[in-house]
Amino acid sequence: MRLAGKGRNRDAEEVRFRFDGRELRGRAGEPLAAALMAQGVRVMGRSFKYHRPRGVMTAGSEEPNALVTVGRGAGREPNVRATVQEVHAGLEAFGQNAWPLVDFDVMAVNDLFAPVLGAGFYYKTFMWPRRFWEKVYEPAIRRAAGLGALSGEHNPDPYEKAFAFCDLLVIGAGPAGLMAALTAGRAGAEVILADEGVEPGGRLLSEDETVAGQPAHVWVATALAELAAMPNVRVMTRTTVTGAYDQGTYGALERVSGHLASPAPELPRECFWRISAKRAVLAAGALERPVAFAGNDRPGVMMASALRSYLHRWGVVPGRSAVVFGNNDDAQRTARDLAAAGVHVAAMVDARPDAPEVPGVPTHRGAVVTGAAGGRQGVEAVSLRLEDGREERLAADTLAVSGGWNPTVHLTCHMNGRPVWNEEIAAFVPAEGAVPGLTPAGACAGVFSTRGCLEAGARAAREALADLGRQAPAAEVPEAEDAPYRLRPLWAVEGKGRAWLDFQNDVTVKDVKLAARENYRSVEHMKRYTTQGMAPDQGKNSNVAALAVLADATGRSIPETGTTTFRPPYVPVSIAAMGAGAQGEGFAPVRHTTSHAASRARGAPMVEAGLWYRPSYFPQGDEDWEAACRREARMVRAAVGVADVSTLGKIDVQGADAARFLDFVYANTFSTLKPGRVRYGLMLREDGHVMDDGTTARFGEDHFVTTTTTAAAGEVMAHLEWVRQGLCPAWDVRLISVTEQWAQFAVAGPKSAELLDGLIDGGLDKSAWPFMSCGPVTVQGIEGRLFRISFSGEEGYEIALPARYGAALFEELATRAEALGGGPYGMEALNALRVEKGFITHAEIHGRTTAFDIGMGRMVSAKTDCIGKAAASREGLSGPEREQLVGFRPVEEGAAMSAGAHVFAEGAEAVRENDQGYVTSVAPSVAFGGWLALGFLRDGRARHGETVVLVDHLRGTRVRATVQEPVQFDPEGGRLRG
Amino acid sequence: MAELRATTPCAGLLPLRAGAMWLEEVDPGRITSLMPGPGQAGALDAALHAAHGVGWPDPGTAHLGDGAAVIWTGMDQAMLVGPAPEPALAEAAALTDQSDAWAVVDLSGEDGPEALARLVPVDLRAHVFAEGATARTLLGHMSVSITRTGPERLRIMAFRSMAGTLVHELQTAMERVAARRGLETGAPDG
Repeated sequence: MRLAGKGRNRDAEEVRFRFDGRELRGRAGEPLAAALMAQGVRVMGRSFKYHRPRGVMTAGSEEPNALVTVGRGAGREPNVRATVQEVHAGLEAFGQNAWPLVDFDVMAVNDLFAPVLGAGFYYKTFMWPRRFWEKVYEPAIRRAAGLGALSGEHNPDPYEKAFAFCDLLVIGAGPAGLMAALTAGRAGAEVILADEGVEPGGRLLSEDETVAGQPAHVWVATALAELAAMPNVRVMTRTTVTGAYDQGTYGALERVSGHLASPAPELPRECFWRISAKRAVLAAGALERPVAFAGNDRPGVMMASALRSYLHRWGVVPGRSAVVFGNNDDAQRTARDLAAAGVHVAAMVDARPDAPEVPGVPTHRGAVVTGAAGGRQGVEAVSLRLEDGREERLAADTLAVSGGWNPTVHLTCHMNGRPVWNEEIAAFVPAEGAVPGLTPAGACAGVFSTRGCLEAGARAAREALADLGRQAPAAEVPEAEDAPYRLRPLWAVEGKGRAWLDFQNDVTVKDVKLAARENYRSVEHMKRYTTQGMAPDQGKNSNVAALAVLADATGRSIPETGTTTFRPPYVPVSIAAMGAGAQGEGFAPVRHTTSHAASRARGAPMVEAGLWYRPSYFPQGDEDWEAACRREARMVRAAVGVADVSTLGKIDVQGADAARFLDFVYANTFSTLKPGRVRYGLMLREDGHVMDDGTTARFGEDHFVTTTTTAAAGEVMAHLEWVRQGLCPAWDVRLISVTEQWAQFAVAGPKSAELLDGLIDGGLDKSAWPFMSCGPVTVQGIEGRLFRISFSGEEGYEIALPARYGAALFEELATRAEALGGGPYGMEALNALRVEKGFITHAEIHGRTTAFDIGMGRMVSAKTDCIGKAAASREGLSGPEREQLVGFRPVEEGAAMSAGAHVFAEGAEAVRENDQGYVTSVAPSVAFGGWLALGFLRDGRARHGETVVLVDHLRGTRVRATVQEPVQFDPEGGRLRG
Repeated sequence: MAELRATTPCAGLLPLRAGAMWLEEVDPGRITSLMPGPGQAGALDAALHAAHGVGWPDPGTAHLGDGAAVIWTGMDQAMLVGPAPEPALAEAAALTDQSDAWAVVDLSGEDGPEALARLVPVDLRAHVFAEGATARTLLGHMSVSITRTGPERLRIMAFRSMAGTLVHELQTAMERVAARRGLETGAPDG
């Protein structure tokens, strides 16, 4: 309920929102949990396993119970903590893991079976029959237990990733963080102050205390105004630093627009930041920890500090009469503040025999709460055991609990730092130097007084400034509360009934003890056996208490028992945020050739080749791909075809040692190539296998242009650069890619020279352009290059002009080709033509084949050394046992072969042991009709003419074929020499 | 025969504006990669000064002259942008025409670095990345060259074939930053 005149947000606009279909009112900007509390909603979630009704426990991102789904439709977001989601007009939230509603959930029947559903239940129960696990048990269990669910649809909401840089990253804007930011900001350092809250201030916003003689929140406002006036300080709110990584890099999740009623469509929902900081101050504060006792999960049982947050910040309380239970002075603050706000406080139950008295509140020293009793809507009565052993029962609808504080050490563990047990505060604190460059300060380092935090923040900033070589001005630390932290450790209270440790995963004290009894004594084993700490809160609320119980059960101390590892992220991060921008085409850049638009305009379906898009074929009428492919291939054989080959890698190689360099990186020799001539080259990897192939043209004594395949262009460039820098640094070789500079088109077919004769300035004198020649040409005065090379087996040229003319040149070439009975051809026809000629692509040089395998063993220069030569001569990389490149032609004319089929001897069973090779490329053949294939066959070169069987187990086909020369069409090459 | 018409890499895609950021395609003139031979950086520096009034840049820097700029692009490599290279340069360096290889765009406006912070893992804010600073880095998944050419102007060069992705990525980032500015200035949510 809302307390009149209370809460610092009392002037906020009232808005309507919906929860589980009910229309409710709340104050804009307050957490959903506060608005629900104001309306008397106590049940906000259902537990994971037993579907127990649960209310809100905390006021922060660690909330284990009040998880809701926000929004509807494709972009709905599950597992949003009601303590984090801000109320706005039109907000729609739904309870989770319940049917039909969180308030009335028929699955709560699970709770009746609780006695058999303890730790290890699955492992013990669903052992048999084994195959039932996947098909029956697991789906049933998954349906019954769980949290919220994604819509399963494509997420339409925009998300974002971004980078930020600073001298000092301050993580958390409580007293320590604010003071660190002020100190560093005043010294002129670039500061990022990140806080996961809506407003910076941390606990100062939630407490009734003074700083520098002012109410704490007023001091916060003053500090923020000063920070806002500093251009070198960036305050990032709603931003949770989620991980600490190498080299001072931090991940952070910013909630950008989830709090807005109608965000601009461009506004991302969340932004995942990667912050690069020279130094960092961790001022993450501490999390209050519960005490386990019977019924401590009932709605109405809350953390004592959270109650103060709801009271002071948002003016709401969960009930009319409260019991406060604690083991430290902080719990007493809650009793004091509730009483001052007019809430009936039935008792202050303090486990410490020497606890002070809370004025006006019955204080029971040395007493404990043994149980919270009540119904579906939560706590109705609280049982106590007094110091003298008497039991007492008090009527109350609210039970505030404090078992002390756990410093938020999580980020200090992200680089394998192990926190250190501090006996004095009965808590883990960060290990010294756990994350290089990061200094924990304040509550996260075990300093719990406000004054202590302010001092620690200033000190940490001064240290960081000194590291950064900056002068820190003398810092004035304001006066503030500086009470000692007096605590008597208390983790669990013995009693009848289930006492909960991990609320989110329904793990009880009994479960942990059972794990110990069954010899899961290691904390890691206990975690996995009970699932403690494995829910979305990652054990923030339960880890220390659970291992304290385990320590007790196994007779060891807490430091002996050790902790599990805190890993990033600190809070759940949606994959949508981490993968922002990578949906659909965002996954990789798209590379378009200059002829792309024209190809699309001609109806060509595009096929991806690396990042490039290339036309498959240019359909006419209702042609399918095969018909178009055959027509285009025939056109090239009979007239002239035009294909964009700009996607092939082109590398300019210059320098006095350019020829020597090419001799070294290619298996064959280029130093003997004359200027104006082109030669085919085969490139090996260091391990002797084929890396790539392509032609290299020599334009001058010290100037070559080498081409790579489309697929390996980047790899080859990187390889050449590595060889240049790493293996021959003293040579004069200069490399640069010119792939993007040139639009290059293959013009192939018996009429190719005729086409070019009309295009090139001064015409084409065929006698000056023998096969494998190259040189400069001009087209309309534009300087270009012409190469007489062929990948089709026909007389062929490749003409290159600067890319700006590519679109126009393609249109011109296509139009001229069409006038000669030809036209453009796509990848399918290009493939069909080269398969007839036995020309290889990366289907054949796939990384496991050697020069010997593809029949080019003799290209490896005998005279000079080259990369891969030594390794290629190893035993087993040549010889009859190798699978060698061959052609295949079906015995039965027209039978369709398939790439991927394996080759077997006739009569042999088609099993792995009899495998003789495989098919790599298949294409329609216009020269022979039907289909042709290329592939590898053991000792294949000695087996031409043999009949084998091609078996494709995947497609279920079986084709008899004869083994051929790889070059099946025009083996003498008369056509391409023209 | 019809005259072969030149097409720019970002034809039909630019200019565009979002908030106080502008993105426009630039005709940089000639782009020539310069790669000095072993021990010839000094000679190239002198030749560049003599021919084009700009020197050979240190890594990470660009010399922005009147009409000619030299932008560092890699180990022993820079681009001469603007004029056709004087033939004398060829005595000290390997020259390669790259005029058509790059999509060149200018992102201007105070928020330019903020938009690029969505895409580029380098601090491009003016007080860190001052006029004449240049970087070879990533823009999303693309390899680019970014140079600050003015107090509020960043020149971005990406592969020509990726112009569509370049513009799309930049537009998205610019619109998102503009939408955030709308939030800060208290404009209505929408």
